Amino acid sequence: MSMTPNTTSMPSHHILSVLVQNRAGVLARVSSLFARRGYNIFSLAVAPTEDPDFSRITIVVDVESSPLEQIVKQLFKLIDVVKISELDPRRSVERELMMATVRVASEDRGQVVELANIFEGKILAVGTEAITVSLEGSPDKLDDFEELLRGYGIVELQRTGRVALPKLDKEARTRPHKNGKAS
Amino acid sequence: MIVRQAFHIATTGRPGPVLIDVPKDCLQNMMTWYWPTDEEVLESLPGYKPNTKGHSRMIKEAARLILDSKQPVLYVGGGVLKARAADTLRELAELINTPVVTTLMARGAFPDSHPLCLGMPGMHGNATAITAMQKSDLLINLGARFDDRITGKVSTFAPDAKIIHVDIDPAEQGKVRRPDVPIVGDCRLVIEELVKTIKEMLANGEVQADISAWKSRVSGWQEQFPLYYSPSDPGEALKPQFCLEKLHELAPAGTILCSGVGQHQMFSSQFWKFEEPYTWVNSGGLGTMGFSIPAAIGAKVARPDRTVWAVDGDGCFQMTAQELVTASVERIPIKVAVMNNSYLGMVRQWQEMFYDERYSEVYLSPELPDFVKWAEAMGCVGIRVESPEEVEPAIALANSINDRSVVIEFRVDAGEKVFPMVPAGFGNDDVLLHPNQNDRREFLR
Repeated sequence: MSMTPNTTSMPSHHILSVLVQNRAGVLARVSSLFARRGYNIFSLAVAPTEDPDFSRITIVVDVESSPLEQIVKQLFKLIDVVKISELDPRRSVERELMMATVRVASEDRGQVVELANIFEGKILAVGTEAITVSLEGSPDKLDDFEELLRGYGIVELQRTGRVALPKLDKEARTRPHKNGKAS
Repeated sequence: MIVRQAFHIATTGRPGPVLIDVPKDCLQNMMTWYWPTDEEVLESLPGYKPNTKGHSRMIKEAARLILDSKQPVLYVGGGVLKARAADTLRELAELINTPVVTTLMARGAFPDSHPLCLGMPGMHGNATAITAMQKSDLLINLGARFDDRITGKVSTFAPDAKIIHVDIDPAEQGKVRRPDVPIVGDCRLVIEELVKTIKEMLANGEVQADISAWKSRVSGWQEQFPLYYSPSDPGEALKPQFCLEKLHELAPAGTILCSGVGQHQMFSSQFWKFEEPYTWVNSGGLGTMGFSIPAAIGAKVARPDRTVWAVDGDGCFQMTAQELVTASVERIPIKVAVMNNSYLGMVRQWQEMFYDERYSEVYLSPELPDFVKWAEAMGCVGIRVESPEEVEPAIALANSINDRSVVIEFRVDAGEKVFPMVPAGFGNDDVLLHPNQNDRREFLR
């Protein structure tokens, strides 16, 4: 069993919520800005917002704060980028979806089903030698579940990357980045 | 709509070129004519709202720093020209009686003949401009970006200076050097506000700190470290600096100068004296070899009333000389001075000084191509100059020809180097002076 560290929950990760115009080529421009500076995007989720003219890109990136400030400023220079907020993980709700196919003989299948139940996951498909489960939740929870599944042998695993919104309580202010919004 | 958007983006905010990629199937399609209103254009760009007006509290803070500074320097960049702020800049400089350095992109934004002008700072700037920045206690950066050619090694750049940074692009704030007072806005609007604020403060009985000691220190450097080259003895090869001096001396008023990239570019910036804005066209940080001839053609089309000189090296000239055919066909008469030292001179200079004279791929032939014949083949007048006494008559002849383009090939000394020089990776305090000025180094304090 490999001891993969739960890197998704490390504090040096920053979550950027980037509101962009919903048109072709925007994602390429946004992601190439990170690539040009040699920063790996940890996860990325894109989908239209309530207004179909705009999409929200949720980017998780592992960068120190000072280069991040420069990246955010450069991002904001892109004409198609309308707004950037950095979400503080303590003040936002994050969700992610994971699907995994686990190799498991029929006599041990019960254990995996039980695990999925404990984590409130779903059984998507069952075969003679394998089972496919899904789990939605906070990235930490997904990390834990993934860790436990590893003991059985993961055939395939896919995570969506997180999406996030600010929490609704009084302290749930997004932090619009300095100079992140002109006008 | 896209065309209107492109023009809006190109001419506002931090202005610059916009590429419109039109696929061939679009080109061949019919469309109905449609001209969006200004409001529609703005509405279509929800993510583009450049801030032009500086923050009033920041401007007050800047004014306060300026009045308190004992060793201020105005560090002026190309943004001042983009913002059409040369007149306002002059008002500010004279109001606070503060020395001005103009970067490569800002040459002409402040008159070189003005007593407050120190000229160009940076890697090949003059010793006074470099040192004044190093020793200042306040750098007032107007539309410049702390480029590495200005700062040298950033950690040793102007260590005691507070920074006021005026730039329309928020991404420039804090990119290289963290400003004490960042002001995001258009240079002209911000400088106007600064002037107004300072005048009000002075009217309210506040006084500017005494900067006379600083200014006498600065003028001391100016006396000790004028730009210098050793003139050639009779019979020796021409000096490119001498050619530049003569070109400037004989140029009609208002002449526009364009240059390529390399030694000739630095000599142009150093030895030409710029008196008015928009008389210097340069590719700056893009380092575009071959820039001068296309730029000169453009300048001449825009300003047919002006004489336009392109100063080029033999390396640069061989990259874009063919555009002279366009100049001839379209009857756009420009003048070209090729400083032919048969080398890629700046690269050669680096290889000589920093790579133990291991010259690699920098030598070009002094004889080939034959620049005079080449010029003539493209419908231009070609002139070759090999000795100092031929320089003036050749330039005078070129200036008198207005019905076609002229190319003068100056055969210049290949061994000449650009000084002063701050080697790459070194701090500005380590500036290499012209060897003949080295004995005065102690005065650079």
